[in-house]
Amino acid sequence: MSAQRFPRLRLCARSGEPATLLVRGARLLDPRSGMDGANDLLIRDGVIAAIGPPGSLDTPEGAEVVEGEGQVVLPGFVDPHVHLRTPGREDEEDLESGSRAAAAGGFCRILAMPNTDPVVDAASVLRSLQERASSEAVIPVGFLAGITKGLRGKELTEMVELAREGAAGFSDDGYPVVDAQRMRQALQYQRLAGGVLALHEEDPALSGNGAMHEGAISMVLGLDGIPSISETTMIERDAEIARYEDGAIHVLHVSAAESVPAIERARAAGVRITAEVTPHHLVLTDEAVTSLDSRFKMNPPLRSQADREALIEGLRSGAIDCVATDHAPHSREEKEAPFEEAPMGVTGLETAFAVLYSDLVLPGVVALDLLVERMTAGGGPYGLRPPTLEKGAPADLCLVDLDARWTVGEAGYESRSDNSCFAGRELQGRVLMTLAAGSVAYRERGFAIRLADDPGVHARGSA
Amino acid sequence: MKHLLSIADLSRADIERVMTVAESFAEVVERDIKKVPTLRGRTVVNLFYEASTRTSSSFELAAKRLSADVVAVRSTGSSVDKGESLRDTIATLSAYDPAAIVIRAPWAGAADLVARQTSASVVNAGDGKHEHPSQALLDVYTLRRRLGSLDGASIWIVGDVLHSRVARSNIHAFTRMGAKVTVCGPPTLIPRGIESLGCEVRYDLDDVSAADVVYALRMQNERMGESNSFVPSLREYISCYQIDSRRLNPRQFLMHPGPVNRGVELSAEVIESPQALIVEQVAAGLVVRMAILYELLTSSGRDGGPVGVPTPTVEQPA
Repeated sequence: MSAQRFPRLRLCARSGEPATLLVRGARLLDPRSGMDGANDLLIRDGVIAAIGPPGSLDTPEGAEVVEGEGQVVLPGFVDPHVHLRTPGREDEEDLESGSRAAAAGGFCRILAMPNTDPVVDAASVLRSLQERASSEAVIPVGFLAGITKGLRGKELTEMVELAREGAAGFSDDGYPVVDAQRMRQALQYQRLAGGVLALHEEDPALSGNGAMHEGAISMVLGLDGIPSISETTMIERDAEIARYEDGAIHVLHVSAAESVPAIERARAAGVRITAEVTPHHLVLTDEAVTSLDSRFKMNPPLRSQADREALIEGLRSGAIDCVATDHAPHSREEKEAPFEEAPMGVTGLETAFAVLYSDLVLPGVVALDLLVERMTAGGGPYGLRPPTLEKGAPADLCLVDLDARWTVGEAGYESRSDNSCFAGRELQGRVLMTLAAGSVAYRERGFAIRLADDPGVHARGSA
Repeated sequence: MKHLLSIADLSRADIERVMTVAESFAEVVERDIKKVPTLRGRTVVNLFYEASTRTSSSFELAAKRLSADVVAVRSTGSSVDKGESLRDTIATLSAYDPAAIVIRAPWAGAADLVARQTSASVVNAGDGKHEHPSQALLDVYTLRRRLGSLDGASIWIVGDVLHSRVARSNIHAFTRMGAKVTVCGPPTLIPRGIESLGCEVRYDLDDVSAADVVYALRMQNERMGESNSFVPSLREYISCYQIDSRRLNPRQFLMHPGPVNRGVELSAEVIESPQALIVEQVAAGLVVRMAILYELLTSSGRDGGPVGVPTPTVEQPA
């Protein structure tokens, strides 16, 4: 049997107008099909209707035309790990702002974690979120449910009922399932309910009150450290339990070098295990914390340069399946506290692609097609097929200007929160437009104005 | 220097400049009238979120000796008690246009945060387990008076190094001034990787007789959290690490940042011995903190000042 038994993984968004759009002469890059070249792309009624050599496609009646020369069309990114703070902390993020932030980053679908208030640990909460997403979210959003009630690690949630209602999977994200017996039972129950268990791997006894990576810098700063073994020992424990119970697990936000071979060993032993890594762990290290700026505080923490290099290698080799932002908005008053006091978490949806393009692709560390593959693979662990640019597929894609330089935060954020660890950084690579489930979900402001002003382009609708 | 946030930021020359200024203030405090008008009309805010006797009284007196107006704010009995955030407290106190804010807080990074939010000079008077730079400077001052120079001196820092901001600042300061530093304590109370600061690590006192200076630290029970199980028992800790007359030899100096837990890290007889510099450290605290405020708040201090020229003495006593 497969872990993807639950057939009803439900993605919800408000209904948009199906786009009819011709992109002329853009570079179309789809790593899975190997497509990479200048082409015309026609989207009719929200579906990719035709792809042809530049100049080969006619403009249908009423279509918007985008001059795509110098730009690249990519399959839309998928983020399997965001915090939308709804219900409970709508001041930090709501379904509209969070999904808009995602669209601004080129994402065409996202999965939200259940650590809300109340926790998504009952079908009623899940249903109400799906309902709200159906009227507020600008791109399709799926919701994970808790593994345990209240994420307290004690009693299992009603996993079957939650799966029936379309839970994307199960996670106590933010907290590990400390009790090994509870983890085992969740994996046993998975045979009935389906749904991958997405695990925040951390041994709280080893992490203690840790505020950053345990290493030379935490020692100098006098901050309690979160050692790498806190993560790695839990991954090894859970992989072993998953092997014993033939369960499927997904390791959230891998941060430590030693975790990569631990995942590879488990996979080699036949464990159904997948893993994700965040952009900040791929490009930053604990050096950043010497500023004692709380924007660099998150869990798992930024680790050493050796960890960072191992994560990049893991992403390249496929030991790590996908990129996930762990977008975690926090209010300004919460974050504006001494480092030790500030809450963990950084936003990431709007910067993910540009950060990885600037810091990994441009220096030649990771190829663009590989990055796109890993940024579109986030639904895989949950049984979602990745977006593609094939004819007949729904338009889940983004248009990107790979040469555009921009400064993070200079024009504000789509997110309601501004706790970006990249604020003020100049990045290269800007998402100009995102289509999700066939509708235009985002247009970059300057791009929208250019479209409207260009007499050669008859834009339909407005930004 | 605009702020004094950590010793890690300072060079040997920076430390020596503070020492030179402090020496000139030592002359001032021996006069009948112990005040100079250097900071007349300027305001120093002392903001203490943690218990303190030595540091708060010494900064207050230092500022007053420089003729500054001093406002002391403690977390208890202030709006901090009513839930005001550090940021808002700083905004409120900044309305008085202080020249300096001296802050002590239980969180690493508190002083850095304040420095980002105020135009005043910020002095870190201790932030969590991070740093306590004025303590390190007064310790260097005390040792220079006794040893002349720290170059080549062997200094053992003994006890709960893990929870000690004094240890972190002092390792930086002592090594920068040319001393050889050894940290010693139970393995559970020595931070992993501390050798990277250029010090040696020992887990027993067998070779402590080689030290010129023994610097004892207090067990910081208040920073150990609920699971206070770093050592199996205080009795065993005392038997392994207490500095007593048996372990301290007559040519060694003994230091301690205070407050001392008498009978734990130090025996009563060594506290009262002539080798103990504990009271001298407190006295040094006053002139060194005057020198710190002078360095941060006067233009000759900020511009670096001519090293070796005891600038403050040119001012007339008020």
